Amino acid sequence: MSKYLILIYEAEAPYETATPELFGEITQEHDTFSAQVEQHGVTLLGGEALQPTGTATSVRGGSEVTDGPFVETKEALGGYYLIDAPDLDAALAVGKLCPARFGGVEVRPVMTFD
Amino acid sequence: MTVPDTSAVAAAVADAHRREWALVLAATVRVTRDLDAAEECAQDAFAAALIDWQVHGVPARPGAWLTTTAKRRALNVVRHRGVEHRYLPLLVEEETTPGPGDLVDDEPGLSDDRLRLIVTCCHPALDRSAQVALTLRLMCGLSTADVARAFLVGEATMAARITRAKKKIAVARIPYRVPSAAELPERVDAVLSVVHLLFTTGHTTPAGTELVRRDLVLRAVELCRMLRRLLPRDPAVAGLLALLLLTDARRDTRTAPDGRLVLLEEQDRSRWDRQAIAEGAALVREALSSRPPPRYALQAAIAAVHAESPTWNDTDWHEIVALYGVLTQLWPSPVVALNRAVAIGFARGAAAGLAELDALAGERQLAGYGYLPAARADFLRRLGRVAEARAAYTQALSLTENTVERDFLTGRLGELGGTPV
Repeated sequence: MSKYLILIYEAEAPYETATPELFGEITQEHDTFSAQVEQHGVTLLGGEALQPTGTATSVRGGSEVTDGPFVETKEALGGYYLIDAPDLDAALAVGKLCPARFGGVEVRPVMTFD
Repeated sequence: MTVPDTSAVAAAVADAHRREWALVLAATVRVTRDLDAAEECAQDAFAAALIDWQVHGVPARPGAWLTTTAKRRALNVVRHRGVEHRYLPLLVEEETTPGPGDLVDDEPGLSDDRLRLIVTCCHPALDRSAQVALTLRLMCGLSTADVARAFLVGEATMAARITRAKKKIAVARIPYRVPSAAELPERVDAVLSVVHLLFTTGHTTPAGTELVRRDLVLRAVELCRMLRRLLPRDPAVAGLLALLLLTDARRDTRTAPDGRLVLLEEQDRSRWDRQAIAEGAALVREALSSRPPPRYALQAAIAAVHAESPTWNDTDWHEIVALYGVLTQLWPSPVVALNRAVAIGFARGAAAGLAELDALAGERQLAGYGYLPAARADFLRRLGRVAEARAAYTQALSLTENTVERDFLTGRLGELGGTPV
């Protein structure tokens, strides 16, 4: 088994204007996703949603503190899931299930240090 | 068994390399679970054959001899792996117990290691250029230098591309296994795209002086034949093999002895490869019987109409327009629409074709595509609209780097009293 991080990159604007109904719908999608993961032989190790990039602060070189994320892009990292999967095909199957209606996800293997 | 001379042995080894490389490597990867080590062991086996076959004669089944030798070396390598190898990311082993979605042994080729290897080379997590490079290197056993030459990039660039792709396979744990029945069609489709790209790159090289790179074409046809043996009931495979055979059947007539481009209209049909056409046509009929028909089968059907037409004037353009119609319905694409427009020009006249082409003028995907102005130029020329035809030929010239195609366009432009800028 190997660990993979599913990074959810989405446009932030739709969330700023989302109605409570839409939020409810998306939360439901994530609950459904979490319930389905195990059918693919994959374990969900953790996951969080992030506050929008407007709340981010960057630190460079250990001292220089600046407002905002490192790169301003149309789609920003909005959350992640950490999974344990037998191989990339299983991780991608779960990545395809992951809700990301305003963008997409990136599946990255986690580096291991034995 | 008679002991052959040196040149006969060298020829036998070269022949075995062409035919059996993928088989030897694919079986060896199962042992090493590391592509680089497996490649080394397979290369060693071919080197050993040069010496051994000189002494003991060429074995009855060279592939089996080479596989056994390579696997024996691989076992040695695995046994002597030092500490530095302990943390090497290895290819994911195949599941030993088949799951519900797994394939049962109803198709013999599905247990073949070569299928495992080629779907790994063409895994969707690798970019297309890496898929193509890995396929040539691992399935066809081409050296990195040869792969680089085939795609007109420097050897260092190609070496880096191959290394990156192998690293991704190991680190991201792209599994070395035949996909489940549910995934198989999509994965086979990716493999077929790579084989098709190899063929088209060989058939008309995007840049350079030769119209055809014969080696790439032959490799693509061989790979496709191998897939056909491994997946004999897959209609998409049958369709692609038909397309390659029917297209390649015209190989000897596509250029004049002086290297000039010869259009389909002017090709000497008596020199087309009748055997390839017969084989291709039979495959088309088989592939078209599946519903929906595979994309390559429809393209092959169009090629078959041309191949089976005794002369250019006998061409059944209405049939071709109808086939392009089905193709655009199932797989809408501006390039297919362009071909359909050209066929309409022949079925219903140049004016009708030109109208169809002009309807495509706004297509962004065709913006840098030289065949659109070239097709317009031809219809304008047939309609006697000389000035517009000249402008279109000039535009087409600005969009192709292939010397043979450039010469053809320059010739047409010259006939209309124009000169390239």
